[in-house]
Amino acid sequence: MQHSKTLDTLVGLFVASGIVAFLFLSMQVSNLSSFVEPAGYLVIARFDNAGGLKVKAPVTVAGVRIGRVSAISFDEQQFQAVVKMRIEKKYNRLPDDTSASIFTAGLLGEQYVSLEPGGSEDYLQDGSEIDITQSALVLEEIIGQLLFKKAGEKD
Amino acid sequence: MLYVLQQLGYVTRQRLTKLGRGTFFLLHVLTGISDILRRPELLIRQLYSVGVLTFLIITVSGLFVGMVLGLQGYYVLSDFGAEETLGVMVATSLVRELGPVVSALLFAGRADSALTAEIGLMKATEQLSGMEMMAVDPVKRIIAPRFFAGFFSMPLLAALFSMIGVLGGQMVGVGLLGVDDGAFWSQMQAKLDFSDDILNGIIKSTVFGFVASWIALFEGYDAVPTSEGVSRATTRTVVNSAFATLGLDFILTALMFGDD
Repeated sequence: MQHSKTLDTLVGLFVASGIVAFLFLSMQVSNLSSFVEPAGYLVIARFDNAGGLKVKAPVTVAGVRIGRVSAISFDEQQFQAVVKMRIEKKYNRLPDDTSASIFTAGLLGEQYVSLEPGGSEDYLQDGSEIDITQSALVLEEIIGQLLFKKAGEKD
Repeated sequence: MLYVLQQLGYVTRQRLTKLGRGTFFLLHVLTGISDILRRPELLIRQLYSVGVLTFLIITVSGLFVGMVLGLQGYYVLSDFGAEETLGVMVATSLVRELGPVVSALLFAGRADSALTAEIGLMKATEQLSGMEMMAVDPVKRIIAPRFFAGFFSMPLLAALFSMIGVLGGQMVGVGLLGVDDGAFWSQMQAKLDFSDDILNGIIKSTVFGFVASWIALFEGYDAVPTSEGVSRATTRTVVNSAFATLGLDFILTALMFGDD
Protein backbone atom coordinates (compact mmCIF):
# COMPACT_ATOMS: atom_id res chain seq x y z
CA MET A 1 0.00 0.00 0.00
CA GLN A 2 1.27 3.38 -1.01
CA HIS A 3 2.02 5.39 2.06
CA SER A 4 3.03 8.97 1.52
CA LYS A 5 3.99 11.73 3.88
CA THR A 6 1.61 14.24 2.30
CA LEU A 7 -1.27 11.91 3.03
CA ASP A 8 -0.25 11.65 6.67
CA THR A 9 0.11 15.41 6.88
CA LEU A 10 -3.31 16.07 5.36
CA VAL A 11 -5.01 13.57 7.64
CA GLY A 12 -3.13 15.04 10.60
CA LEU A 13 -4.31 18.52 9.60
CA PHE A 14 -7.86 17.30 9.29
CA VAL A 15 -7.89 15.65 12.71
CA ALA A 16 -6.14 18.63 14.29
CA SER A 17 -8.65 21.09 12.81
CA GLY A 18 -11.50 18.92 14.10
CA ILE A 19 -10.02 18.99 17.58
CA VAL A 20 -9.44 22.74 17.34
CA ALA A 21 -13.09 23.16 16.34
CA PHE A 22 -14.18 21.10 19.34
CA LEU A 23 -12.00 23.15 21.69
CA PHE A 24 -13.29 26.35 20.12
CA LEU A 25 -16.86 25.23 20.71
CA SER A 26 -16.17 24.29 24.31
CA MET A 27 -14.16 27.38 25.22
CA GLN A 28 -15.50 30.18 23.08
CA VAL A 29 -19.08 29.22 22.31
CA SER A 30 -20.08 27.60 25.58
CA ASN A 31 -18.42 28.51 28.80
CA LEU A 32 -16.52 25.49 29.96
CA SER A 33 -15.07 27.30 32.94
CA SER A 34 -18.54 27.82 34.39
CA PHE A 35 -19.42 24.20 33.68
CA VAL A 36 -17.10 23.07 36.44
CA GLU A 37 -19.20 24.07 39.42
CA PRO A 38 -16.90 25.92 41.82
CA ALA A 39 -16.95 24.75 45.42
CA GLY A 40 -19.41 26.73 47.42
CA TYR A 41 -21.92 26.68 50.22
CA LEU A 42 -25.67 26.18 50.07
CA VAL A 43 -28.10 28.83 51.22
CA ILE A 44 -31.86 28.34 51.35
CA ALA A 45 -34.53 30.95 50.73
CA ARG A 46 -38.31 30.53 50.83
CA PHE A 47 -40.43 32.49 48.41
CA ASP A 48 -44.23 32.77 48.26
CA ASN A 49 -43.89 32.62 44.50
CA ALA A 50 -40.80 31.58 42.62
CA GLY A 51 -42.24 32.80 39.31
CA GLY A 52 -40.29 31.54 36.31
CA LEU A 53 -37.06 30.98 38.24
CA LYS A 54 -35.07 28.06 36.88
CA VAL A 55 -32.27 25.87 38.15
CA LYS A 56 -28.89 27.37 37.16
CA ALA A 57 -30.29 30.89 37.20
CA PRO A 58 -27.71 33.37 38.49
CA VAL A 59 -27.59 34.64 42.07
CA THR A 60 -26.27 38.16 42.18
CA VAL A 61 -25.24 40.80 44.67
CA ALA A 62 -25.06 44.34 43.35
CA GLY A 63 -25.38 42.94 39.83
CA VAL A 64 -22.38 40.64 40.16
CA ARG A 65 -22.96 36.91 39.85
CA ILE A 66 -21.78 35.13 42.99
CA GLY A 67 -23.55 31.78 42.57
CA ARG A 68 -26.31 29.83 40.93
CA VAL A 69 -29.67 28.37 41.89
CA SER A 70 -29.04 24.66 42.46
CA ALA A 71 -32.54 23.36 43.25
CA ILE A 72 -36.14 24.55 43.47
CA SER A 73 -38.73 22.55 45.39
CA PHE A 74 -42.12 23.01 46.98
CA ASP A 75 -42.69 22.91 50.73
CA GLU A 76 -46.06 21.29 51.37
CA GLN A 77 -46.21 22.43 54.98
CA GLN A 78 -45.86 26.14 54.36
CA PHE A 79 -46.94 26.21 50.71
CA GLN A 80 -43.81 28.03 49.70
CA ALA A 81 -41.17 27.56 47.08
CA VAL A 82 -37.83 26.48 48.55
CA VAL A 83 -34.92 27.76 46.49
CA LYS A 84 -31.47 26.34 47.18
CA MET A 85 -28.61 28.49 46.04
CA ARG A 86 -24.97 27.60 45.79
CA ILE A 87 -22.82 30.62 46.60
CA GLU A 88 -19.16 30.54 45.59
CA LYS A 89 -16.77 29.91 48.44
CA LYS A 90 -14.86 33.16 48.13
CA TYR A 91 -17.99 35.19 48.86
CA ASN A 92 -18.33 34.05 52.47
CA ARG A 93 -18.92 37.39 54.11
CA LEU A 94 -22.62 37.89 53.37
CA PRO A 95 -24.47 39.11 56.49
CA ASP A 96 -27.09 36.67 57.77
CA ASP A 97 -29.86 39.27 57.50
CA THR A 98 -29.35 39.47 53.75
CA SER A 99 -32.62 39.65 51.83
CA ALA A 100 -33.36 37.80 48.61
CA SER A 101 -35.61 38.92 45.76
CA ILE A 102 -36.48 37.43 42.42
CA PHE A 103 -36.03 39.89 39.59
CA THR A 104 -36.31 39.71 35.84
CA ALA A 105 -33.42 40.72 33.62
CA GLY A 106 -34.95 43.04 31.06
CA LEU A 107 -38.54 42.88 29.93
CA LEU A 108 -38.38 39.37 28.48
CA GLY A 109 -35.19 38.19 30.11
CA GLU A 110 -34.73 35.29 32.46
CA GLN A 111 -35.35 35.56 36.18
CA TYR A 112 -32.56 35.67 38.73
CA VAL A 113 -32.13 35.95 42.47
CA SER A 114 -30.77 39.22 43.76
CA LEU A 115 -29.34 39.35 47.28
CA GLU A 116 -29.34 42.61 49.24
CA PRO A 117 -26.82 42.49 52.09
CA GLY A 118 -28.02 43.62 55.51
CA GLY A 119 -25.97 44.99 58.38
CA SER A 120 -25.52 42.00 60.63
CA GLU A 121 -22.12 41.03 62.02
CA ASP A 122 -22.78 37.32 61.51
CA TYR A 123 -22.32 35.74 58.12
CA LEU A 124 -24.37 33.25 56.12
CA GLN A 125 -23.02 29.72 56.34
CA ASP A 126 -23.65 26.41 54.63
CA GLY A 127 -27.31 25.52 55.11
CA SER A 128 -28.41 28.83 56.59
CA GLU A 129 -31.72 30.29 55.55
CA ILE A 130 -32.49 33.73 54.24
CA ASP A 131 -35.52 35.03 56.13
CA ILE A 132 -36.38 38.20 54.27
CA THR A 133 -37.53 37.36 50.77
CA GLN A 134 -39.48 39.09 48.06
CA SER A 135 -41.36 37.00 45.55
CA ALA A 136 -41.21 37.20 41.82
CA LEU A 137 -43.45 39.81 40.27
CA VAL A 138 -46.14 38.14 38.23
CA LEU A 139 -47.17 40.37 35.37
CA GLU A 140 -50.81 39.29 35.46
CA GLU A 141 -51.11 40.26 39.13
CA ILE A 142 -49.75 43.73 38.49
CA ILE A 143 -52.06 44.25 35.53
CA GLY A 144 -54.95 42.97 37.64
CA GLN A 145 -54.14 45.42 40.42
CA LEU A 146 -53.85 48.24 37.95
CA LEU A 147 -57.22 47.47 36.38
CA PHE A 148 -58.79 47.15 39.80
CA LYS A 149 -57.41 50.54 40.79
CA LYS A 150 -58.63 52.16 37.54
CA ALA A 151 -62.09 50.71 38.08
CA GLY A 152 -62.10 52.05 41.65
CA GLU A 153 -61.23 55.56 40.47
CA LYS A 154 -64.23 55.77 38.15
CA ASP A 155 -66.81 55.42 40.91
CA MET B 1 -56.65 -11.02 -0.62
CA LEU B 2 -54.41 -13.97 -0.04
CA TYR B 3 -52.02 -12.54 -2.58
CA VAL B 4 -51.82 -9.21 -0.73
CA LEU B 5 -51.13 -11.03 2.54
CA GLN B 6 -48.49 -13.12 0.82
CA GLN B 7 -46.84 -10.02 -0.57
CA LEU B 8 -46.89 -8.36 2.84
CA GLY B 9 -45.32 -11.41 4.44
CA TYR B 10 -42.72 -11.59 1.68
CA VAL B 11 -41.74 -7.95 2.07
CA THR B 12 -41.58 -8.22 5.87
CA ARG B 13 -39.45 -11.35 5.67
CA GLN B 14 -37.15 -9.70 3.15
CA ARG B 15 -36.70 -6.63 5.31
CA LEU B 16 -36.07 -8.69 8.42
CA THR B 17 -33.48 -10.87 6.74
CA LYS B 18 -31.77 -7.79 5.41
CA LEU B 19 -31.73 -6.27 8.88
CA GLY B 20 -30.33 -9.51 10.26
CA ARG B 21 -27.64 -9.67 7.59
CA GLY B 22 -26.84 -6.04 8.30
CA THR B 23 -26.45 -6.72 12.00
CA PHE B 24 -24.13 -9.69 11.45
CA PHE B 25 -22.20 -7.59 8.98
CA LEU B 26 -21.84 -4.81 11.56
CA LEU B 27 -20.59 -7.26 14.20
CA HIS B 28 -18.09 -8.64 11.71
CA VAL B 29 -16.91 -5.11 10.89
CA LEU B 30 -16.54 -4.27 14.57
CA THR B 31 -14.25 -7.26 15.10
CA GLY B 32 -12.04 -5.70 12.42
CA ILE B 33 -10.80 -3.19 14.99
CA SER B 34 -7.93 -5.55 15.85
CA ASP B 35 -6.73 -5.40 12.25
CA ILE B 36 -6.86 -1.62 12.30
CA LEU B 37 -4.78 -1.42 15.44
CA ARG B 38 -2.21 -3.62 13.72
CA ARG B 39 -2.28 -1.65 10.44
CA PRO B 40 -3.21 1.96 11.20
CA GLU B 41 -2.07 3.09 7.75
CA LEU B 42 -5.21 1.51 6.28
CA LEU B 43 -7.31 3.78 8.48
CA ILE B 44 -5.18 6.83 7.65
CA ARG B 45 -5.72 6.25 3.95
CA GLN B 46 -9.49 6.04 4.44
CA LEU B 47 -9.52 9.04 6.75
CA TYR B 48 -8.04 10.90 3.82
CA SER B 49 -10.66 9.84 1.29
CA VAL B 50 -13.60 10.03 3.71
CA GLY B 51 -12.62 12.93 5.92
CA VAL B 52 -10.10 15.19 4.25
CA LEU B 53 -11.90 15.23 0.91
CA THR B 54 -15.19 16.11 2.65
CA PHE B 55 -13.47 18.94 4.51
CA LEU B 56 -14.02 21.54 1.81
CA ILE B 57 -17.74 21.03 1.26
CA ILE B 58 -18.29 21.00 5.03
CA THR B 59 -16.43 24.25 5.62
CA VAL B 60 -18.01 26.06 2.69
CA SER B 61 -21.55 25.00 3.56
CA GLY B 62 -20.91 25.67 7.26
CA LEU B 63 -19.83 29.18 6.42
CA PHE B 64 -22.89 29.88 4.29
CA VAL B 65 -25.35 28.27 6.70
CA GLY B 66 -23.89 30.39 9.51
CA MET B 67 -24.06 33.53 7.41
CA VAL B 68 -27.67 32.90 6.42
CA LEU B 69 -28.58 32.19 10.05
CA GLY B 70 -26.95 35.46 11.04
CA LEU B 71 -28.86 37.38 8.41
CA GLN B 72 -32.27 35.79 8.97
CA GLY B 73 -31.88 35.79 12.74
CA TYR B 74 -31.02 39.46 12.67
CA TYR B 75 -34.17 40.36 10.71
CA VAL B 76 -36.41 38.55 13.18
CA LEU B 77 -34.59 39.51 16.37
CA SER B 78 -34.30 43.19 15.47
CA ASP B 79 -38.11 43.38 15.46
CA PHE B 80 -37.95 42.69 19.19
CA GLY B 81 -34.89 44.84 19.74
CA ALA B 82 -32.99 41.72 20.73
CA GLU B 83 -30.19 41.75 18.14
CA GLU B 84 -27.66 41.02 20.89
CA THR B 85 -29.04 37.51 21.30
CA LEU B 86 -28.10 36.76 17.69
CA GLY B 87 -25.04 34.86 18.90
CA VAL B 88 -27.18 32.63 21.11
CA MET B 89 -29.55 31.88 18.26
CA VAL B 90 -26.84 31.12 15.72
CA ALA B 91 -24.75 29.01 18.09
CA THR B 92 -27.64 27.06 19.60
CA SER B 93 -29.16 26.12 16.29
CA LEU B 94 -25.78 25.19 14.84
CA VAL B 95 -24.39 23.23 17.75
CA ARG B 96 -27.58 21.40 18.63
CA GLU B 97 -29.14 20.68 15.26
CA LEU B 98 -27.69 22.05 12.07
CA GLY B 99 -24.07 21.10 12.72
CA PRO B 100 -24.67 17.39 13.27
CA VAL B 101 -27.61 17.02 10.87
CA VAL B 102 -26.49 19.05 7.87
CA SER B 103 -22.95 17.69 8.03
CA ALA B 104 -24.38 14.16 8.22
CA LEU B 105 -26.53 14.83 5.15
CA LEU B 106 -23.58 16.30 3.26
CA PHE B 107 -21.47 13.38 4.42
CA ALA B 108 -24.07 10.96 3.06
CA GLY B 109 -23.96 12.70 -0.29
CA ARG B 110 -20.22 13.21 -0.51
CA ALA B 111 -18.59 10.27 1.26
CA ASP B 112 -21.17 7.53 1.82
CA SER B 113 -22.28 7.35 -1.80
CA ALA B 114 -18.63 6.98 -2.84
CA LEU B 115 -18.13 4.21 -0.29
CA THR B 116 -21.14 2.27 -1.53
CA ALA B 117 -20.12 2.64 -5.16
CA GLU B 118 -16.57 1.60 -4.36
CA ILE B 119 -17.52 -1.49 -2.38
CA GLY B 120 -20.30 -2.39 -4.82
CA LEU B 121 -17.92 -2.17 -7.76
CA MET B 122 -15.32 -4.22 -5.91
CA LYS B 123 -17.99 -6.85 -5.44
CA ALA B 124 -19.16 -6.64 -9.06
CA THR B 125 -15.61 -7.06 -10.35
CA GLU B 126 -15.11 -9.91 -7.88
CA GLN B 127 -12.23 -8.26 -6.07
CA LEU B 128 -13.82 -9.16 -2.75
CA SER B 129 -14.14 -12.83 -3.75
CA GLY B 130 -10.55 -12.65 -4.96
CA MET B 131 -9.41 -11.53 -1.54
CA GLU B 132 -11.37 -14.34 0.05
CA MET B 133 -9.59 -16.77 -2.25
CA MET B 134 -6.29 -15.47 -0.88
CA ALA B 135 -7.57 -16.08 2.66
CA VAL B 136 -7.76 -12.33 3.33
CA ASP B 137 -10.99 -11.32 5.04
CA PRO B 138 -12.33 -8.48 2.87
CA VAL B 139 -14.64 -7.26 5.62
CA LYS B 140 -11.71 -6.72 7.95
CA ARG B 141 -9.25 -5.55 5.36
CA ILE B 142 -11.44 -3.37 3.11
CA ILE B 143 -14.59 -2.50 4.98
CA ALA B 144 -13.53 -2.05 8.61
CA PRO B 145 -11.04 0.78 7.87
CA ARG B 146 -13.72 2.60 5.88
CA PHE B 147 -16.26 2.13 8.64
CA PHE B 148 -14.01 3.48 11.37
CA ALA B 149 -12.85 6.33 9.15
CA GLY B 150 -16.47 7.43 8.72
CA PHE B 151 -17.16 6.93 12.40
CA PHE B 152 -14.21 9.12 13.46
CA SER B 153 -14.60 11.75 10.76
CA MET B 154 -18.24 12.56 11.41
CA PRO B 155 -17.88 14.24 14.85
CA LEU B 156 -14.80 16.13 13.65
CA LEU B 157 -16.66 17.36 10.58
CA ALA B 158 -19.72 18.34 12.63
CA ALA B 159 -17.57 20.28 15.09
CA LEU B 160 -15.88 22.02 12.17
CA PHE B 161 -19.24 22.80 10.61
CA SER B 162 -20.50 24.36 13.83
CA MET B 163 -17.34 26.37 14.39
CA ILE B 164 -17.21 27.76 10.86
CA GLY B 165 -20.95 28.43 11.06
CA VAL B 166 -20.62 30.42 14.28
CA LEU B 167 -17.75 32.39 12.75
CA GLY B 168 -19.86 33.00 9.62
CA GLY B 169 -22.75 34.20 11.76
CA GLN B 170 -20.39 36.47 13.65
CA MET B 171 -18.99 37.80 10.39
CA VAL B 172 -22.44 38.77 9.12
CA GLY B 173 -23.95 39.82 12.44
CA VAL B 174 -21.03 41.78 13.82
CA GLY B 175 -19.25 42.72 10.63
CA LEU B 176 -22.12 43.68 8.35
CA LEU B 177 -25.13 44.33 10.57
CA GLY B 178 -23.41 45.97 13.49
CA VAL B 179 -24.33 43.72 16.41
CA ASP B 180 -22.05 44.38 19.37
CA ASP B 181 -19.15 41.90 19.31
CA GLY B 182 -18.91 41.58 23.09
CA ALA B 183 -22.64 40.95 23.51
CA PHE B 184 -22.58 38.42 20.67
CA TRP B 185 -20.00 36.24 22.42
CA SER B 186 -20.87 36.85 26.06
CA GLN B 187 -24.58 36.06 25.63
CA MET B 188 -23.63 32.96 23.69
CA GLN B 189 -21.29 31.82 26.43
CA ALA B 190 -23.87 32.52 29.10
CA LYS B 191 -26.61 30.55 27.36
CA LEU B 192 -24.79 27.57 25.90
CA ASP B 193 -23.83 24.77 28.21
CA PHE B 194 -20.87 22.50 27.60
CA SER B 195 -22.53 19.20 28.46
CA ASP B 196 -26.07 20.10 27.38
CA ASP B 197 -25.24 21.62 24.02
CA ILE B 198 -21.71 20.89 22.85
CA LEU B 199 -21.37 17.32 24.09
CA ASN B 200 -24.89 16.37 23.00
CA GLY B 201 -24.14 17.72 19.54
CA ILE B 202 -20.97 15.63 19.40
CA ILE B 203 -22.84 12.55 20.59
CA LYS B 204 -25.45 13.10 17.91
CA SER B 205 -22.88 13.35 15.16
CA THR B 206 -21.07 10.25 16.45
CA VAL B 207 -24.33 8.31 16.21
CA PHE B 208 -24.97 9.68 12.72
CA GLY B 209 -21.46 8.75 11.63
CA PHE B 210 -21.88 5.23 12.94
CA VAL B 211 -25.25 4.66 11.29
CA ALA B 212 -24.42 6.38 8.00
CA SER B 213 -21.16 4.44 7.55
CA TRP B 214 -22.90 1.21 8.44
CA ILE B 215 -25.67 1.81 5.91
CA ALA B 216 -23.23 2.84 3.17
CA LEU B 217 -20.91 -0.12 3.60
CA PHE B 218 -23.66 -2.67 4.01
CA GLU B 219 -25.52 -1.43 0.94
CA GLY B 220 -22.30 -1.71 -1.03
CA TYR B 221 -21.48 -5.14 0.33
CA ASP B 222 -25.04 -6.34 -0.21
CA ALA B 223 -25.45 -4.80 -3.67
CA VAL B 224 -26.51 -6.88 -6.64
CA PRO B 225 -23.18 -7.24 -8.47
CA THR B 226 -24.23 -5.57 -11.70
CA SER B 227 -23.84 -1.97 -12.80
CA GLU B 228 -27.55 -1.41 -12.22
CA GLY B 229 -27.35 -3.03 -8.80
CA VAL B 230 -24.48 -0.79 -7.76
CA SER B 231 -26.28 2.33 -8.92
CA ARG B 232 -29.42 1.33 -7.02
CA ALA B 233 -27.37 0.57 -3.93
CA THR B 234 -25.79 4.01 -4.11
CA THR B 235 -29.18 5.67 -4.33
CA ARG B 236 -30.48 3.59 -1.44
CA THR B 237 -27.46 4.60 0.64
CA VAL B 238 -28.10 8.30 0.24
CA VAL B 239 -31.85 8.01 0.78
CA ASN B 240 -31.58 5.66 3.75
CA SER B 241 -28.75 7.58 5.42
CA ALA B 242 -30.76 10.78 5.11
CA PHE B 243 -33.85 9.12 6.57
CA ALA B 244 -31.87 7.49 9.36
CA THR B 245 -30.16 10.77 10.18
CA LEU B 246 -33.38 12.76 10.35
CA GLY B 247 -35.29 10.08 12.24
CA LEU B 248 -32.51 9.48 14.75
CA ASP B 249 -32.12 13.22 15.15
CA PHE B 250 -35.71 13.49 16.30
CA ILE B 251 -35.32 10.63 18.76
CA LEU B 252 -32.01 11.88 20.12
CA THR B 253 -33.33 15.42 20.45
CA ALA B 254 -36.37 14.16 22.37
CA LEU B 255 -34.11 12.15 24.67
CA MET B 256 -31.47 14.83 25.19
CA PHE B 257 -33.35 18.08 25.38
CA GLY B 258 -36.62 16.74 26.76
CA ASP B 259 -36.54 17.99 30.36
CA ASP B 260 -35.24 21.46 29.81
